[in-house]
Amino acid sequence: MASLIPKTCRFLRLYQQQMRIPAQVIASKQIRNLHYSAKRCQEFAIDDDTPQYPGSKSVFTEKLDFLKPDEYDGIPVYRVMSRDGEVIDPDQDPGLDKDMVVKMYKTMTTLNTMDKILYESQRQGRISFYMTNYGEEGTHVGSAAALNDKDIVFGQYREAGVILWRGFSLEKAMNQCYGNCNDLAKGRQMPVHYGSKEHHFMTISSPLATQMPHASGAAYALKRAGRDLCVMCYFGDGAASEGDAHAAFNFAATLDAPVIFFCRNNGYAISTPTAEQYRGDGIAIRGPAYGMNTIRVDGNDVFAVYNATKAARKIAVEESKPVLIEAMTYRIGHHSTSDDSSAYRSVDEVRYWDSEDHPIGRLRRYMMQKEWWDIDTEKAWMAETKKDVLQEFQAAEKLKKPSPNHMLTDVYEEMPVHLQRQMDEMKKHVEKHKEHYPLDQFEEMK
Amino acid sequence: MSVNMALLRQIAGRLTSMSLQELSASQSAPIIHGSRRFASAFKFVPDAASPSDGETTKMNLFQALNNAMDVALTSDSTAVIFGEDVAFGGVFRCTVGLADKHGKDRVFNTPLCEQGIVGFGIGMAAVGATAIAEIQFADYIYPAFDQIINEAAKFRYRSGNMFDVGGLTIRAPWGAVGHGALYHSQSPEAFFAHIPGVKVVIPRSPIQAKGLLLSCIRDPNPCIFFEPKVLYRAAVEQVPVKDYMIPLSKAEVLQEGSDVTLVGWGTQIHVLREVAQMAQEKLGVSCELIDLVTILPWDKDTIIKSVEKTGRLLVAHEAPITGGFASEIASSVQEECFLQLEAPIQRVCGWDSPFPHIFEPFYLPDKWRCLDAIKKMINY
Repeated sequence: MASLIPKTCRFLRLYQQQMRIPAQVIASKQIRNLHYSAKRCQEFAIDDDTPQYPGSKSVFTEKLDFLKPDEYDGIPVYRVMSRDGEVIDPDQDPGLDKDMVVKMYKTMTTLNTMDKILYESQRQGRISFYMTNYGEEGTHVGSAAALNDKDIVFGQYREAGVILWRGFSLEKAMNQCYGNCNDLAKGRQMPVHYGSKEHHFMTISSPLATQMPHASGAAYALKRAGRDLCVMCYFGDGAASEGDAHAAFNFAATLDAPVIFFCRNNGYAISTPTAEQYRGDGIAIRGPAYGMNTIRVDGNDVFAVYNATKAARKIAVEESKPVLIEAMTYRIGHHSTSDDSSAYRSVDEVRYWDSEDHPIGRLRRYMMQKEWWDIDTEKAWMAETKKDVLQEFQAAEKLKKPSPNHMLTDVYEEMPVHLQRQMDEMKKHVEKHKEHYPLDQFEEMK
Repeated sequence: MSVNMALLRQIAGRLTSMSLQELSASQSAPIIHGSRRFASAFKFVPDAASPSDGETTKMNLFQALNNAMDVALTSDSTAVIFGEDVAFGGVFRCTVGLADKHGKDRVFNTPLCEQGIVGFGIGMAAVGATAIAEIQFADYIYPAFDQIINEAAKFRYRSGNMFDVGGLTIRAPWGAVGHGALYHSQSPEAFFAHIPGVKVVIPRSPIQAKGLLLSCIRDPNPCIFFEPKVLYRAAVEQVPVKDYMIPLSKAEVLQEGSDVTLVGWGTQIHVLREVAQMAQEKLGVSCELIDLVTILPWDKDTIIKSVEKTGRLLVAHEAPITGGFASEIASSVQEECFLQLEAPIQRVCGWDSPFPHIFEPFYLPDKWRCLDAIKKMINY
């Protein structure tokens, strides 16, 4: 057993002396497991003239040479379909059946119709705020379709297609945007902050990138629980500049968490173009630096996104390792209803992406070539989905807001004494000054 | 966040050179900062466990915490402990032996990144696991402030109770230590008292530490548990061996009195205990001593009841006075006990400066400053 320890392994010898442990004991499996540096010592011992520094595995060089960021081509963008919707390499065709592909198309177009109607409704002052998903529908549906529906999703805010894919109804989405009495979150958050336990979609919050370390932690817990599930974490290219992104990547890698980090690189963070967001090769280049498997995909190619996510899921679940996917796309809409993007980018640029390279158009061309879709079906479907959205929209608008009681519930699991007292105080006050409060729009206070 | 390793070793390391016998021998001796006994020194007086709590064993504060975490890991298979340097036992020895006993996947080191530690814990708790996160010093909790305020505290509320992170507990060494200066001495509880959705708890002794930490770990809300690090080795008591919990949001009346109410928490309780004795001996003043224990949600009723009786209130904490938690207590008591108050409420706190190194004896709200405040109230 003693022969297992290389003579050159100074660290282990030192440890052995300090702890006064006999050589044969230190070589036992138990001790080696506790002190995994033993394995490293063996590797280092192969050649005494290799660097012994614990911080990296490398070789010496006598050449003074900086690693320059611009001496190589960018990480390539993986695609399956051309802009005309033709599969370029048949080996890469995921071979999805008609039902699946039609469901993908229908989800993307439903989201698009919902976006148009809710965007307009905000312009009319009927809801307070909205964020569209124009141009990024392919990243949502392609990735969601490749996951197990029980994989846990942590999103940023521009991933409504993911929750729709899982069966979150238009009704629920409208209820959230209106903050009415049927909103699962009791009207507490701004519109588009969706969440659903039933659909394993964690409630969205506004602070950027905070969900990223959550995803690493949730994935670690799933791994410990022995569930064959992974965690999917969406974020934008701007959010990737936050400290929490760094934390999440590093924790996931060092703790072997089965999480997929999915970056929607759409070129802008509100008005800030990527040239002012980073100087490296996008977000993907950071993956290897953290020790993660990484890929860059064409985000407007739903099959490329699907293939990459499916393969990433396999790595995450089977090897229990994080994966980084950077989906290149373009934010066709304004950042939100509070933004006019013509103030910082050209209309021609937007028009190019809307008409020449759109994920919905590309998938439609693919389906038409397969003769799974035609102009008549398209017209009928668009009319039907518009009708559905309007119907749910009107129904949600008619409902009352939740009781003002819910302003103070769920702060804690139980209601502490001080909050009970504040609730009583609020009720008494409102009762006394009824005429100054919009009580008719709310369900009754209990 | 960089940690001064030399200082850290100085603070943590003394323990390893001190045997348990020495520790127990010193249990009632004053804490001496350096070679001279300063006015800011205090005496730890052990509590006696109730005979109904069963078998007890002698533990200092870090051992009681270690024991609580051992109990938590044993009784809950989803529970894990993580943070910087917890795997080998922690820089204050609080997690010694737990990785060996419960496995490396349950007691593990994280990268050095506080926002990551708390964010990671939130994620674990969000899917139902019990996450016990350690921040190496309370002074280094600020990088995680966003995660605590905007995420942990609001997780349940914003999701309409669909999701919650009740399984999260954040532990952090807290308070003055004699020579910790700006970044190894802070008492940041008032920052957290302003966050609806979290609980903030500070124990004064080993018996309390075990029972309160177990309550925090099992409470269905995210909790922040601050550990007075000067007591890690100095406070020794007979701690019940069994699994027990002490309720949160309940202040404890440690000594009944009729003239003045003294309120504090953590180490300051031991200062105030001595102040009460001095007030009796030197001024003939009878003090009621109350350990607040939980900063948020705090036990207003117990304090009010006491002030209604005594008519005078002194609140003392190590943290700076402006915006400190004493302000919240003072304004609440003023509102509720206006007719009973016989003197202005006194706040004896740290000064409004960063926590200094060599000036620590002049900075802390020591017994002489507290006694002066009592005199002021009596003579008002």
